[in-house]
Amino acid sequence: MLAYLLRRLLYAIPILIGVNLLTFTLFFMVNTPDDMARMQLGVKYVTVEAIGKWKAERGYDLPLFWNANAAGIGKLTHTIFTQKSARMFIGDFGRAENGRDIAREISARMGPSLAIAVPTFFLTLFVAICLALMLAFFRATTLDFWGVVICVLMMSISSLFYIIGGQYLFAKVWQLVPISGFGEGLDNWRFLLLPVLIGIVSGVGASTRWYRTFFLEEVNKDYVRTARAKGLPETQVFFRHILRNALIPILTGVVALIPLLFMGSLLTESFFGIPGLGSYTIDAINAQDFSVVRSMVFIGSALYILGLILTDISYTLVDPRIQFGKK
Amino acid sequence: MNFQPVLLWSDLLFWLLAFAVIGLGVYSARVEHLRRAWTRLGRDPVATGTASILCVFLAVGLMDSLHYRPRLEENLAASETLDAARYAVEVRSLLDALLSDLREQHEKTYSAPLAIRLYVMETEETEMGVTRDYPRLTRGGAHLADESGHRRDLLLRAAQGIVLAALLLFPLKMALARHRKRCPDASGFAWQGVLHALGVFLLFALPIAFLAAGYHVFGTDKVGQDVLYQALKSIRTALVISLVTTLIMLPLAIFLGIVAGYFRGWADDLIQYVYTVLNSIPGVLLIAAAVLMMQVFIDTHPQWFTTAAERADLRLVALCFILGVTSWTGLARLLRGETLKLRELDYIQAARAFGVSSARIIARHLLPNLMHLVIIALVMDFSALVLTEAVLSYIGIGVDPAMMSFGSMINNARMELSREPAVWWSLAAAFAFMLILVLCANLFADALRNALADTLADSQPEDRASSLATG
Repeated sequence: MLAYLLRRLLYAIPILIGVNLLTFTLFFMVNTPDDMARMQLGVKYVTVEAIGKWKAERGYDLPLFWNANAAGIGKLTHTIFTQKSARMFIGDFGRAENGRDIAREISARMGPSLAIAVPTFFLTLFVAICLALMLAFFRATTLDFWGVVICVLMMSISSLFYIIGGQYLFAKVWQLVPISGFGEGLDNWRFLLLPVLIGIVSGVGASTRWYRTFFLEEVNKDYVRTARAKGLPETQVFFRHILRNALIPILTGVVALIPLLFMGSLLTESFFGIPGLGSYTIDAINAQDFSVVRSMVFIGSALYILGLILTDISYTLVDPRIQFGKK
Repeated sequence: MNFQPVLLWSDLLFWLLAFAVIGLGVYSARVEHLRRAWTRLGRDPVATGTASILCVFLAVGLMDSLHYRPRLEENLAASETLDAARYAVEVRSLLDALLSDLREQHEKTYSAPLAIRLYVMETEETEMGVTRDYPRLTRGGAHLADESGHRRDLLLRAAQGIVLAALLLFPLKMALARHRKRCPDASGFAWQGVLHALGVFLLFALPIAFLAAGYHVFGTDKVGQDVLYQALKSIRTALVISLVTTLIMLPLAIFLGIVAGYFRGWADDLIQYVYTVLNSIPGVLLIAAAVLMMQVFIDTHPQWFTTAAERADLRLVALCFILGVTSWTGLARLLRGETLKLRELDYIQAARAFGVSSARIIARHLLPNLMHLVIIALVMDFSALVLTEAVLSYIGIGVDPAMMSFGSMINNARMELSREPAVWWSLAAAFAFMLILVLCANLFADALRNALADTLADSQPEDRASSLATG
């Protein structure tokens, strides 16, 4: 098992290098640091000196890959690539435009992001599984038909609508919860209630419809027929047999998403003024703060790869037929 | 000439795509199992109904994709002698010309749907002294001398629309019934689906059209522009984003997916590596990064664009490119998996044993058997992309702010809900149009997937059909 994990982790390295090179190409070669400086300082009235100063302050005045002026190993290390891009591998993300350390900012903002993302994720999963089970239990009835119709309707509505409409209704008209904000300690639940609720409602339609197909696939399998033939009541068949087997593809499918919860939700956080990573990313995009966007890309892909590894592990855990290290 | 035609990049791609879809239809009608799927689809009233609504959207979009620059009036006399006509900088489309009444008459600021007075109070000086009142709109209900006739006029116009719709629909319904009686089992095409969809559409569209002749049916926005006009213009943006992106994504996905699955070896490794890398970057961030870069590029090269419309258009096309490059991975992976399975089948092994070249095997034997996956991916992505556009525009990495789209409509209007009384009509119109478009696309995609899955289940072992139902 250890050897298998190690190999999976090693496999992640070339992918991360690829991500790193890709973002580097996008951020430094397609547009040179000169262009970035002009963007930040205002496009029209900008002097060469100002650009030079801007670049020097941020360490962008180095060559891209190869520094011919430096001595020894410095030829490789005194470049933008090693200083700005490669250092992300050791967790050094540099500074944002406002001078704050990005790594510290990220660790501080992880908490609020998780406070929203974790309850939303697990409650959506739970509600969707319950609803899908219900639809599958009453399959081919009017309830099933209208359930699917409502699911399609719910997934056809823009997530922006859920957020804007929910805020308007619950916070402005009925004044049940504060419109936005984030608090410390126990009182925080008042702020969390609405974003989590909206997150569940906007996600549950698509998931329910998706999970329903997993349940329906199991319904006609041989072992289910055997269970029915033994004389088990339909409820027992569902909860003892079908639920357990259908949970395998559902759970292994969502495992890949768990690490990405750290990234937070872009829309929810910015609408509700939650100081998490999602709103951090949006602010960075709006302020055209390239170093923050670059860092978030890197962290996001690292988490995605972690999700892939977790998926593989979860497959082997739930299905004993799959063995470690064998294809 | 009174105008100069302008061919924007997105127009070109959009029209190209319309022809490509027709081509795809002709091609798939020649492939046996796909033809059967189409016939099956035609018997599904949900499919035919949603398809007709989608066609209406498409027609609006295509009309909005014929652009021109009108000739400047004051130069008409001068230019005839100079032989060099001058054209306005503003680029208009055929749709603008048709809706010129809605486009040109501007109110001062917000006004509620069907209102005849402005949303905000204004100070007016009359001979009676200074009064503060809600002023009358310059266009909405301008034909009414007396305000008391407002409600009556609204009802009358709506009734006119409904009566006209009924008059149009009734003969169609009769004709359909007679057609059914005469040849009961012709092709089995679900005309009733088309008729119902058309009926619902006309029952809404005609009253709106009659009302729009004298009022702002969905109100006006902050600068006094008609919201209905904005929503109609946004249709094109949504369609271009979702369709042109697929146009860019398809060749990449088909080529790379098949190559990886068919040739295996190092090509497979390389392609898998590339798509794992692209997949691992969170989609929004990759798009944000690319759009930011493009923004820098456009800002540093202002000399490339003669009109604002061209700049906005280039940004739209670039956005499609970015979305296409980031979204081919899913389909490519599907196609690769399916190709891996297909290439081991007997008929392909036989073809190879006969010495048929790889290119020919791919074109003649693999591609037709992969087409169902491509078609499903096409319709599934469509609705997702319409929704994505709105989110991206909200984040600020979507289309050019000057270009009308559902996302920018929502973005401009979302703060106005906090006013008292709330300005809700812009948002409502954007969400309603989006919902109709996406819902139709989703229902159509479902029907299409079922038709293809059923056709495959009839003709082939069950493993492929089941892979279709979940994938």
